[in-house]
Parts: sequence; structure tokens; C-alpha cells
Amino acid sequence: MMEEATQHHISQQFNLELRELSNQVLGMGGLVEEQLGNALLALTTQDGQLAEHVYTNDYRINTLEVAIDEDCTRILARRQPTASDLRLVMAVIKIITDLERIGDEAERIARMSVHRSYEDMKSKYYTVVGHLGNHVREMLHNTLDAFARMDVDAALKIIHDDLKVDSEYENISRQLITYMMEDPRTIPMSLNILWSARALERIAAHSRNICEYIIYFVKGKDVRHISLEKLEQHAKAQR
Amino acid sequence: MVRMETNTTLTHGIDIASLGRGEPTMSLDTETIALEVKGINLYYGTGKQALQDINMRIPSKRVTAYIGPSGCGKSTLLRCFNRMNDLVDGVRIDGKILLDEDDIYHPKVNVSDLRRRVGMVFQKPNPFPKSIYENVAYGLRLQGINNRRVLDEVVEKSLKGAALWDEVKDRLHENALGMSGGQQQRLVIARAIAIEPEVLLLDEPASALDPISTLKIEELINELKTNYTIIIVTHNMQQAARVSDYTAFMYLGELIEFNDTATLFTNPIKKQTEDYITGRYG
Repeated sequence: MMEEATQHHISQQFNLELRELSNQVLGMGGLVEEQLGNALLALTTQDGQLAEHVYTNDYRINTLEVAIDEDCTRILARRQPTASDLRLVMAVIKIITDLERIGDEAERIARMSVHRSYEDMKSKYYTVVGHLGNHVREMLHNTLDAFARMDVDAALKIIHDDLKVDSEYENISRQLITYMMEDPRTIPMSLNILWSARALERIAAHSRNICEYIIYFVKGKDVRHISLEKLEQHAKAQR
Repeated sequence: MVRMETNTTLTHGIDIASLGRGEPTMSLDTETIALEVKGINLYYGTGKQALQDINMRIPSKRVTAYIGPSGCGKSTLLRCFNRMNDLVDGVRIDGKILLDEDDIYHPKVNVSDLRRRVGMVFQKPNPFPKSIYENVAYGLRLQGINNRRVLDEVVEKSLKGAALWDEVKDRLHENALGMSGGQQQRLVIARAIAIEPEVLLLDEPASALDPISTLKIEELINELKTNYTIIIVTHNMQQAARVSDYTAFMYLGELIEFNDTATLFTNPIKKQTEDYITGRYG
């Protein structure tokens, strides 16, 4: 699908520009994925150096966001894209915003990992955030995959996955509230865990957004802020 | 004192409830129809079929654009609307075109009357080698109207309508051929609207003009649609996207897709349309 989107223009230069654009998004996605992976690793291994590496690296994501935005502006100005080309550019503009936010959340998680001071709750930390972290990381990975293939079915699956993440996050916060009520001394640590979990929940939500743009690109329907049933109808509708 | 919004659907002055969601903001179903094309087939004398079973409804007081590659039949169809094709030897047309429910191809139709109701502007501006004033007054003089006051009034109104008045009001009696191309084209539009047609056909009206003159013509088209039904043929897709409310894509004599312009350019239904407007080879 992505191949199709960046081919067969009479203007070879335009083909190249669109292909370069989606390659850049994939590159940015790869970097974001790496950042999240490192942040989670830093969290579980308490590797302060790795954590620092994550937050000193965030500028690269920001730089890419600005550069890709500029490319999109240039394409709009020079090519006046229409139909699926226009939808690709629009989707890219939105996708990179979500990717950049995911980068910010990864940085937040990395900063959290060096903040921990309550040794006794460490195991709690690993189990709670570790599981959610793996789940969300896989989700992000699948999202980038779905983008590379412009795969609506995969996107739909990820959107369903986001609901699971939401309920997992709910569970974690309920659990932590119980903790904090039982022993107020755990409050700073519990809040720390909660914020990490919150960052992961946000990443899942941003992945979901990206999947919605994938559906928009392929089906030409804006599926944001509608019920899941309606979204599925649009996603499964024949064009 | 702060006045509360009484209308609950207004949020900070925006009527949220009225905002669309991907649905076209315009629909032919709610339009008054000016022209209805019913099963039009057109054959040239050589036996070549230039139009194949065209069916469409053209909305009143809107801009409808035809796009498509050279030879797709868009200009041919445009010329059907005021029977310009009658002038081409050996052309055979079947089907109907209804203008206000009257078939313009009915044998009893007076073609001159039809062309008074359906005006046309061509790619190259074609003012008569007369004064600016006489160019605009020409149609009225043909109708036998020579009253100076009436003519003065119509000339001023038409030139204002064509957004030309301010540029030429001090030199109305100079030769029209001394004007720039963009001004000449607007003069021709003024001449066309002087006789108050119902429909205005524009065949590539800006393709011979520079970008600023083109924008002036496009701006003019936007103003004219409050009073006239406008049908425009253009090679310039961005122009169609800018000026029209509805766009028809034609290919090899067939009408492939006809939809509101926003939908056609963002989410066309047919692959042929998609390939054409994105500049792909099919």
C-alpha cells in the first residue's frame, strides 16, 4: 500500500519525495521506539547512564519532527497534492506530532527511573510497570509496522489493544491507591509508579491516534472521536 | 455585564453542532437544478463518438467545473449547452438537455434566444475591435436597444459586475484591443453578462492569462455565481479545486465521476479519477 502510494506518478521527482517522506517517518518511528525501549530498560535495570542517554537523545526526535513538517509544507506548496497523496501528507503531519509526544513520554519514563529512592518497592515497580511497558512497546512496534504497510486490519487490532491498556492502567492506579492508603510512606514511590504507568498509557493512546490516521489515509474517512462500532464500519467499508 | 449565550449549541460563537464530519458540505440533492443532461451522445461527422451517454444535473447559481485530459469531451459537452456544436459540420447529437425543464434541442427552439440565455466566454479573449463601451453594449444594440441612458446604465453595471469598472471608467471610448489580456477577458465576461444570461459557460477562461489576471478571473467567477449558473472547463485542476462547487471528471467521452469539489479532490470514489488528479498514469 505504501509502495503503491509513492509510485506511478508521472513526476518521478514527486514519487521520490513521497517515498522519502514516508521513509523519514519510519526512521523517526524507529528512533522513538528505541527511546522507549531504552527508557524501559533503564527503569528496570536502574541504569542511570542509559536513562541520561534517553533524555539527551530526545532532541533528535524533535529535530526530525521539524524537518518532516518542513518537507510536508514544501510538498503542499510545490505539488498541491490531491486525493491519496494529500491524505498521506496530512496523515504524516499528524503522525509525527504523536511520535514526538511518544518521545516526550519516553523521556519522562527515563527521568522517573533515576528518581527512585524507595528500595523496598522496587520489585513492585518492575512487575507493575514492566508488564504494561512490554505491552505498550509491542503496540508501538505494531503501529509502525502497520504504517509501513498501511495495513487497516492491523491498525484496527491496535485500536482494540488500546482499550486493554486503558483497563490495565485503571487496575494499576486502583492498586496503588490501596497501597498509599495502607501506608502513606509509600506515597512518593507510588506516585512515581503511577506517573510511569500514566506515561505508558499516553503512549498507547498516541499509537492509537497514529492508527486512526492510517485508516484515514487508506479509507479517506476521519475516524477520530467516534464510537468503536462506527470506526470499524468505516475501516471495513469497501472503497 | 456578561451576557450568557442563550443558544446552547453555540460555544465561543461557534455552532459546534453544525460542523460536519467528513460529510460533504454541499449536496446536489439540496440544489436547484439549472440544467439537466439526459443521455447525451455526440458523434462527429467522421463517425467518432465524442460523448457517450452523459447524464448529470447541473446546479443553479453554483460553479460546476469539468476536468479531464485533452480530448475527453469536456469542451464538446460545454458547447452542447448553447448548441455551439450545431456549427460543426456532420455532428449528430441525441439525448436531451433541459434548461428550466425545456429541451434545448427541441426543433422549435430559437437558437439565438438560447444563446442569449446561455452566454459563453472562450479561452482567448475576443473583444470586437471597437471601444470598450461598444463591446459591452453590443448585445443590447443587437436587441434594438439604443437608448443612451439604458446603455450607460447597463455598461456600468456589467463592467462593475466583471470587476473592470474602476480600471476603465475613464477610458470607456478607447479601443478595447488596447487593454491587457486579463482586462480583455474580463471585458468579454462583461459583454456576456450585459444581456443577463442565466448560464455562463467558460471554456478555459484563464489559460492564456498571467497568474494575477487568473486570480482576478477566479475572484470574479466567485462573485458571479450569486447571479449566474457557471460552468467552467479547465485544464488546471487546482483552478477547478479553487473556484468550483462541483467538479465533473471526464475521460474518453464518458462522465466518470461527478461530485462536490471537496470530496472529489480529497477522496474520489473512482480509481480513474484518483489517478488523474494525483498525476499518475492509469
